[in-house]
Amino acid sequence: MFNKIKNKVLDGGLTSFKVGFFLAIRQIRRTSKWTNALVICIMTLTFLNLIVVNGILVGLIEGAVEAIKTHYIGDVFITSLREKNHIEQAPNIIAYAKNIPAIENISTRYLTNGKIEVDYKIQKKRPTDKGEEVATTFAGIDPDAEQKVSNLANLLIEGEYLEPDDYDKVLVGGMLLRKYLDFDSPSFPVLKNVEIGSKIRVTVGGNSREVTVKGIVKSKVDEIDRRVFFTDTQLRNLIGKPDYGPGEISMRITPGTDPLLVKTLLVKEGFDSLATIQTQDEAEPKFIKDMKKTFSMLGTAISSIGLVVAAITIFIVIFINAITRRKFIGILKGIGIRATAIEWAYVFQAIIYAILGTAIGVAIVFGFLKPYIDANPINFPFADGILVATATDTAIRVVVLMIATLIAGYIPVRLITKQNTLDAILNR
Amino acid sequence: MDTIIKAKNLIKNFKSGQAEIRVLKGLDLEIKNGEFVTIIGRSGSGKSTLLYQLSLLDRPTSGEIIFEGLNTQNLADDERTKLRLHELGYVFQDYALVPELTALENVLIPLLMQEMDKKIATEKAIEHLTLVGLGDRINNLPSQLSGGEQQRVSIARAIAHEPKIIFADEPTANLDNETALTIIKIFEELHRQGQTILMVTHEEEYTHFADRTITLFDGVIKEDRKK
Repeated sequence: MFNKIKNKVLDGGLTSFKVGFFLAIRQIRRTSKWTNALVICIMTLTFLNLIVVNGILVGLIEGAVEAIKTHYIGDVFITSLREKNHIEQAPNIIAYAKNIPAIENISTRYLTNGKIEVDYKIQKKRPTDKGEEVATTFAGIDPDAEQKVSNLANLLIEGEYLEPDDYDKVLVGGMLLRKYLDFDSPSFPVLKNVEIGSKIRVTVGGNSREVTVKGIVKSKVDEIDRRVFFTDTQLRNLIGKPDYGPGEISMRITPGTDPLLVKTLLVKEGFDSLATIQTQDEAEPKFIKDMKKTFSMLGTAISSIGLVVAAITIFIVIFINAITRRKFIGILKGIGIRATAIEWAYVFQAIIYAILGTAIGVAIVFGFLKPYIDANPINFPFADGILVATATDTAIRVVVLMIATLIAGYIPVRLITKQNTLDAILNR
Repeated sequence: MDTIIKAKNLIKNFKSGQAEIRVLKGLDLEIKNGEFVTIIGRSGSGKSTLLYQLSLLDRPTSGEIIFEGLNTQNLADDERTKLRLHELGYVFQDYALVPELTALENVLIPLLMQEMDKKIATEKAIEHLTLVGLGDRINNLPSQLSGGEQQRVSIARAIAHEPKIIFADEPTANLDNETALTIIKIFEELHRQGQTILMVTHEEEYTHFADRTITLFDGVIKEDRKK
């Protein structure tokens, strides 16, 4: 059996391959430049459809993940245990962390809940009337440390960032303001009349204080956009407990260091009995993890559909190419050119078009689209979308596209070479 | 002279809607090696159909075609293609050149398919193009050649692999008289060198160049006249 196949391949198989290549190259070279450009353009668009649609979809959620890591979680994230209000023995944890060389910056956030009011100076018509107020989380931060870890100052859309000695000044998250969130419901109230310099009243526990809005921050991270930021010393004073512990510690480590190594060092010291210690991946919110899975499934589905569309496109292109040359396919068969050589010619054409289209597509993706979108992320409502296109994923898609091309290029020409030679020559 | 090709009780039917039309009606024919045979007849008499069956481009409904003692009826498509490649040559009415290939490449392609070395094949293709007077037009595409020149390329392609027999289907039909005569003279010269030629024509004056003229009428041989 093997010898039979081997003999068949050797008995003109290689010649068919060579003649097929000879015909393919000449057909491409002598086809109109516009036709070639059109086919290559179709191949490029097919490839881009395969890479970019999926890449943007995955990039959308990657952008959200990246924003959370960059502006909120950091590389290693420490929070209070579920049953506690704050992280216990935080000074010990921070002191130990500062001695770990891989940790570059640490930001400690003191958290508490309370409410802010805007129209508290206006006399209410009835005592039961509710004023313009929202419940929120207050975060007390060291402005310099926070900037080093989360670049909070970069998220300012109005006003100025906090100074370490700022007193009675706050940064307000954009999602608390009607101006930046076009949505208002009884369960999700927003403040209408707040500008830079506005006076607002903050109430924590039984303590109230009038403060000035110094800046407004807006990101794609809800935890930041729903908060009001104080300097840590003032928030602790407002709470009235100078020994009040932080609710979050966010750490930035040296690039290239595995966050898990830092976590392991902290756990080895027994700090995991005092706080929840997580790497950035572990600390990702559950909805983000769910969305990642969902988008990955969607991406796979869209890629599969893209591949089928690609195969059908290539099939149609080659079929039209072959059907318009049906007479010449018949002539070639008539003068003794093997069907396999003619089939190779069309398969080679399809592969050459696919290689050229893919090469242009790769150049567009990695030479232009990816760097451009990385520098200018797409502004989606809940994330700054980036284009995720790794070399490995792209290589796999190129291989799959080539296999699809091979099959889609072969079938139409096979349908024609199978026809009666004379019918093909006479176009009947 | 040896028989090169022989048809026995050749029948070819075509379907036309529900009806079946018999174009060749039990035709017997023998072509000898080295003969120049013309087939003439009125339109619809079955000339081209007969040529297509004999040249293995089509399969008869029944009957046998024996090529150098080999019954071709049971040959697979691949084997028929191989036989056409090595033993038969074709000249079509509309030249049937591949438009994307130059004159040289059109002649070269069957030689390459015969596994001939590319250099030798190229030399051979140029030699035959020169033989038909196109030595200076080898790199021209068919679209850059006149009808007569294209037909000469077609002849060069048909003879370059030195076939045992050349089948020509009204090779002068699309040409003016002067060019047509040039083509016929090429056939005459090939015949003089010993080439077997079977040519379908509707122009009686060209039968004078042939050894033998077969007249078809309504799917049967009406007359088989030798010079």
